[in-house]
Amino acid sequence: MKVTIDGISVEVEAGTSILNAARIIGGDIVPPAMCYYSKLEGSGGKCRTCLVKVSKGSEKDPRPMPKLVASCRTTVMDGMEVQNITSPEVIEARKGIVEMLLINHPLDCPICDQAGECDLQNLGYEHGAVKTRYEFDRRTFEKIDIGDKIQLHMTRCILCYRCVFTADQITNHREHGILNRGDHSEISTYIQKAVDNDFSGNVIDVCPVGALTDKTFRFKNRVWFTKPVEAHRDCNHENCKGKVTLWYKGEEVLRVTARKDVYGEVEDFICNECRFDKKKTADWVIEGPRKVSNHSVISSNHYDTMKPLPVVKSNPVLIEANQEQFERETRL
Amino acid sequence: MARKLLLEHINVPGINTFDVYRSKGGYAAVEKALKTMSSDDVVEEVKKSGLRGRGGAGFPTGMKWSFLAKPEGVARYLVCNADESEPGTFKDRYLMTYLPHLLIEGMIVASYALGAKTSYIYVRGEMMPQIRILERAIAEAKNKGFLGKNILGSGYDLELYVQPGGGAYICGEETALLESLEGKRGNPRIKPPFPAIAGLYGCPTVVNNVESIAAVVPIINEGGEEYAKVGIGRSTGTKLISAGGNVKNPGVYEIDLGLPVEDFLYSEEYCGGIANGKRLKAVVAGGSSVPILPANLFMKTITGEPRLMSYESLAEGGFVSGTMMGSGGFIAFDEDQCIVRNTWNFARFYHHESCGQCSPCREGTGWMEKVLHRLEYGHGKMSDIDLLVDVSKKIEGNTICPLGDAAAWPVASAIRHFRDEFEWHVTNGAEAVKRNYGIAHYADPLPKVETV
Repeated sequence: MKVTIDGISVEVEAGTSILNAARIIGGDIVPPAMCYYSKLEGSGGKCRTCLVKVSKGSEKDPRPMPKLVASCRTTVMDGMEVQNITSPEVIEARKGIVEMLLINHPLDCPICDQAGECDLQNLGYEHGAVKTRYEFDRRTFEKIDIGDKIQLHMTRCILCYRCVFTADQITNHREHGILNRGDHSEISTYIQKAVDNDFSGNVIDVCPVGALTDKTFRFKNRVWFTKPVEAHRDCNHENCKGKVTLWYKGEEVLRVTARKDVYGEVEDFICNECRFDKKKTADWVIEGPRKVSNHSVISSNHYDTMKPLPVVKSNPVLIEANQEQFERETRL
Repeated sequence: MARKLLLEHINVPGINTFDVYRSKGGYAAVEKALKTMSSDDVVEEVKKSGLRGRGGAGFPTGMKWSFLAKPEGVARYLVCNADESEPGTFKDRYLMTYLPHLLIEGMIVASYALGAKTSYIYVRGEMMPQIRILERAIAEAKNKGFLGKNILGSGYDLELYVQPGGGAYICGEETALLESLEGKRGNPRIKPPFPAIAGLYGCPTVVNNVESIAAVVPIINEGGEEYAKVGIGRSTGTKLISAGGNVKNPGVYEIDLGLPVEDFLYSEEYCGGIANGKRLKAVVAGGSSVPILPANLFMKTITGEPRLMSYESLAEGGFVSGTMMGSGGFIAFDEDQCIVRNTWNFARFYHHESCGQCSPCREGTGWMEKVLHRLEYGHGKMSDIDLLVDVSKKIEGNTICPLGDAAAWPVASAIRHFRDEFEWHVTNGAEAVKRNYGIAHYADPLPKVETV
């Protein structure tokens, strides 16, 4: 099936969603997704940040769709034409949605463990306004400990339901869900019953914001001061492949997470033993440093990867100045 | 006086019992359909009648039925949506209280038409008396052989169940209703797939409003073409209107579609005018989610035509100067009512009832409510008015289900038509707490449209 997104055509299989078709193309035309998670069945459609305009329904029925559609849950038709960043309507709607997502979000990024790898932070940076127009108290909740390794900070939650789907699908039986409705709904484990099974730690990885955080990592460090390294071990758990990312600070492993792709989705879910208990280099077989996008704040402190701009290469004066600056800054 | 099709025997004592209902010609439609018609004939008859869904959207019922997927070996369901929770609408409750057998008769005929062997009536949780009434009526009908195995010897089996909801407005949205009926959290589903393909338990399902199903009975009894003669244009048949607010005689009225609003509001047969000799300021014509109109725009369309109680006439002028038939929750406001307060009240309702699934509605409804609260209590700012319009635009159309639209329209329309009242609340904050803005120019004759 042929689908055209922002003027770029791609051939995809029938049943692919617009979002996944856009991910095949890649680049700036990929709509942001806060709630969709390709590994979780039934996720998506809720956050509305991935709204796109379908300007031509299909080859057979070329009528445009009347409303903006959630690209993560709309399947492509042959000959469909989609507008994402080329449609002012989409940009305007997305801006509105980012504003809505942020009105009850505490914006406590300076003390949030997720800062630096937070989807909402990125989204707000790309689409948000400098100032909010919301002038009322934000909703707040008490922090809740979900088991001894995970903390739920409901105040930061954007109710994407990813962790609910994870608990439903990755673990053996459902232990947490959503209570109440509207803007007072909350993720809960019914009377704070501890989530207790081998895969519960994955809710931390799927959380797009800092609502579910790793208590073994809380306040230990900022993610951009840590160095991600890929590693694996022979895990005894039948469903865990033991492929992880270790986050080093100096010699110390501060935390262990599953490996995430460019869209923040994990490649394989990992078990709690790998995540919480194996924090020594000796436990792991190191594969090498993890590639982090140059745009990510995580790579910001790693100057040895800094490449001089092309214009510098041909100018001896600039080469020298660049060298000087490089040495000065790495010394600091 | 127009003929009543649904409420003809409403005043007969004991009409809520099987025997009295039967003696008044009840269950004739079941006999006629099951004994003389095929299920496709019934669907065809309903199509001919031009009946449009009475729940709010006005989608042609016959067409909805014909969309139902009919794969071999898969059960099909009919679900009656009796989760009536729209502020201002109380027609279904009235019908279920006094004429439970009319609904059951309609359910049998409609289930037969769709080939459903099991059907559900999903009743709002707060309507406990109606749930008991329906269950008793179902037991009576079953006892007389109109439900259960081999109905009237036709070989058709039907089980009918009443399911109480949890009392959430959102469960009136058809897919949320199905989720709730399956025992899950009542979150609307993402469409497609539509319920006609994959509805209850993943099977093809039709969800219809109580009044739509009840209207099937006169359609079968009299024939679709006869039914289509009542009404005007594409608005055929009769409609139950629940009149409330400051009218002299509030209550449920059955009207022929196409009745002039002037007659409905002021004739003694229906509302009898505005209570206490006051003047009309504004009207919400179809339940809280439709746009509110000032008196002058409600009585006459922007082109100066008298407005009629029909789907088309009420919608004339679009969002700029029209409204919608909705679910027939007619609320009249007299000169002493405050539109800002009313808008705040509606916004509060939608804030409370938003399911919290998609972000624009979850966050936006609460935001609008807070801003409107501030305006109503005299702490508002001039910029708040434009902020509200902007927020409502950001919600409208960007959500999974129509609750977002339903929350946005009353706010946007109130500001469109009553902006000076909102501005007065800002400029005269202290005074706004003590007295109302009054009728102002909202009932003045419309300016003549200039023809070029």
